[in-house]
This record gives sequence, structure tokens and C-alpha cells, in this order.
Amino acid sequence: MFLVGGTMIGALTLMVLPMPAMIEDYRPQWVTLILIYWCLVRPTQIGVFSGFALGIAHDLVSGGLLGAHALSLSVVAYLTEELHRRIRAFPLWQQAVAVWLLLLVERLLSLWVLGAIGQPTPALAYWLPSFVGLLLWPWLSLALDRLRALVMET
Amino acid sequence: MVEVTRRFILIKALFVQGPSPLLRLITAVLLSLGLITADARFRHLEWVRSTLALGAYPVQWLASQPTRMLRALDGRLATEADLRERNALLERENLALRGQMQRFLALQAENSRLRDLLGSSFKVSDRVLVAELLEVELDPYRQQVLVDKGSASGVYIGQPVLDANAVMGQVVITNALTARVLLITDADHALPVQINRNGLRTIATGTGLVDQLRLPHLPKNADVRVGDLLVTSGMGGVFPSGYPVARIVEVADDPSSPFATVKAEPTARLDRSHEVLLVWTVDAPEPPQDDAGRSMQADGRRLSPPPVPEEESPQPERNRS
Repeated sequence: MFLVGGTMIGALTLMVLPMPAMIEDYRPQWVTLILIYWCLVRPTQIGVFSGFALGIAHDLVSGGLLGAHALSLSVVAYLTEELHRRIRAFPLWQQAVAVWLLLLVERLLSLWVLGAIGQPTPALAYWLPSFVGLLLWPWLSLALDRLRALVMET
Repeated sequence: MVEVTRRFILIKALFVQGPSPLLRLITAVLLSLGLITADARFRHLEWVRSTLALGAYPVQWLASQPTRMLRALDGRLATEADLRERNALLERENLALRGQMQRFLALQAENSRLRDLLGSSFKVSDRVLVAELLEVELDPYRQQVLVDKGSASGVYIGQPVLDANAVMGQVVITNALTARVLLITDADHALPVQINRNGLRTIATGTGLVDQLRLPHLPKNADVRVGDLLVTSGMGGVFPSGYPVARIVEVADDPSSPFATVKAEPTARLDRSHEVLLVWTVDAPEPPQDDAGRSMQADGRRLSPPPVPEEESPQPERNRS
């Protein structure tokens, strides 16, 4: 459980870490990726309400509208929870595509919230992070698997 | 028998997970929709948010460390020649600024004497506090920054924030350690300005782009030209008057719109400043000075030492903590 909390705090930090403007648009949705990973691995413990809490933390850290990320992350957590048996059985590349769809769901919901509160529609670069997430997923899940095994042993 | 019971419990634990996922989803979605509405429409959550944001501070602090370390390293690696050169440059600049400041103080004194004669009150000086930006990337679709001074330093909501060049924005949320500043270019921000050349008053609204403001309410025959400087008019009561804001970069005539299309570029370095000035405006009217000679004398005395306006402000200051 410490591992779950630690990776989530790490993801939140990565989300607000300043980056050069050139690669700013490519920042992957760390928080969503980590949430999906834990939902797949521990579906009984990490679910909708964990997504909700993580979303609230995300909103507070990034200073966005309170509840915006809570909404999208709870929906993502729900979908992952429902589909985890199928997604876990996929080979890695197919898993990455499934995760990409979940990342798109998160983007779409965030876009809807932005529109609902009257913010201007963001540029096309808004969708880039989900593609970065698609490429990142195999490496991230392998690294986290390794980390988990390491913690289990000790 | 015991074995069977234990197995039964195990199997039960596998299948029973409290309320069904769908029910939990509906609860979570309704909760977040409620939060969004409460936050966006009614602004009920300011206090909840500023309290909880204190918990977010460690993460923000952590995220700001790499940049801070890099900057510290940069400072360590600076050569002596570099430092000497910079020092000389700063000294020269300081001298020039002091020279201008002397004239400014004299003008200020003259101005307030004239206003005394006219019988109107005038606010003279403002108290400022230097704050540093926390190097974190906030929500990328809003124009806002986080500074490292909070209500513990007396920062209040609505406080104007400047950088070395111009107006940057205003404080929207504070907690004990940090404050969030909404920049003038945020789509939600509007700022009363006037054109420095002719005193024409209007409102500058943000566009969501870091280098653009719009002046949507100017009629087509308004006397506005490319290159005009916009300064705060002080009409809204939030910003002190007379600070530069932006420069007009485009005046266009769109036949389909009843108003002129005027765009301006902020003169503040909104995306590059490391340090900002938090300003306490002095909006209490100046106590009437019955004796012009005495006020002249007082102003003469104020001229001689190096000018430190925030310590010598003659008015009672509000929000001093």
C-alpha cells in the first residue's frame, strides 16, 4: 500500500514538474497512467473512490477547478475496474492500445469540463499526451511490475 | 467443517466488494459534478480549497526543487568576472534609477500639492513585498502562477501583483504559505485601463494566450493607435492607477462587429519573471494638509535620503500584518 501511495505522489509531482517549453506539450498523463496500472493490478483495493481521491489531489496540486480531474479519474477507474480481466489477458501492445483508449476518455472528459465552465477550447496539442502515454505504457507497466516484485521480496 | 467455512469466507471475499461499481461510479460522478458546480458557479469552496491546498504544498515544493537546484548551481558556477560585470551593470542601473526617482519624488510632491490646491485627495505611495514564483506548472489551460508568500505574510485575495515592468495579475487564492495569482491574460480576467496618450478609459480582457489582451469595448471611432501604452486607470479599486499594462499591437476594423478589434501585448514578462512584487494599495484618502509649506518641507526631507518609499509612506496602510 505504501508503494501505491508513493507512486501516486510521484505521479502528482511529475505532473507539475516544470519542463522546457519545447516538450511541455508532450507531458504524459502520469496520474491517469498510474491509476490505470493499480486498478489493473489490484482491482479489489483500488477503484472508483481511489480515482476520485486522486483526482481531488490532482486538482489541488495543479490548482485547477476542484472536481474536474476527480470526475474524469473516477470514470477511468470505473472503466478499468470493469474491464480489468480482459485487459490483463491482452498481450502488452494490445494492452497499450486499451490504455490509450482510457487515456482518451480522460482527455475527453477534461475537455468537456473546460467547455462547460467557458474556457477557450485548447489547441490540437491537447491530445498529444495520450499518444505519449500509448508509447510509454509497456515500459511503465514493466518497470512497475519489477518494482512491485522488489518490494514483495523484502 | 472449519476448512469449509474458511474457504467459503475466502470465496465470499473474492466476490463481495461492498456497493456495486456502478453505484460507486454514480456517487463519485455526482460528487465531482457538485464540486465543479460549487467551485465554478458559486465560488463556495474558496476556504475549503485554501485549507486543502496547504496539503498540496509538499508536492509543489518537491516539484520546484530541480529548477531551484539548477538555478543555485548556476549561481555557484558564475565566474568572478561575470559577477563583477553584473555588479557594475546593476550599479549603473541603480544610479540611473535613483536619478529618475529623485525627479519622480519631486514631481510627486508637486502633484500632491497641486491636488491639495484643487481639494482632491491623491494616493501617493504603495507598500510592496517581493515574492518568488514557485516553479511548478499549474493547470496548463489557465493563466496563473503560484508565489511563495501567503496570508502569513499578509497577502490578501484581490491583491495586485506586478513585475519589474508592469502589472501581472491579482491574487485569487491564498493560504498560509502560498498564493495563487491569476494573470491578466487569463480568459476570466478583466482589467480597467486607460490609454496613456489621451486618457481614454476602457477595459482590457485576457484571451487565454500569454502574449495577448483584447479591448473589446472600444467604438470604431475611438482614438487608439498601434504603439499606445495602456496604464491601469484605478477604476476597479483593485489595481493602483498609473501602472503600465500593455502596448497596442493591432487595431483592426471588422465590418461585422459594432466595435473595433483592438489587441494589445502585455508589457510584463508574464512567462519569464522569477520574482514578482505584491503591492498594498493605499486607498485611504490622504489626511487633508492644511499647511502647504509644511507638506513641502516634509517632502523636501523625504527627498534627501535614498528613496525607500514603502517605509516612508505617510498614510495609514491597510492589511499590514
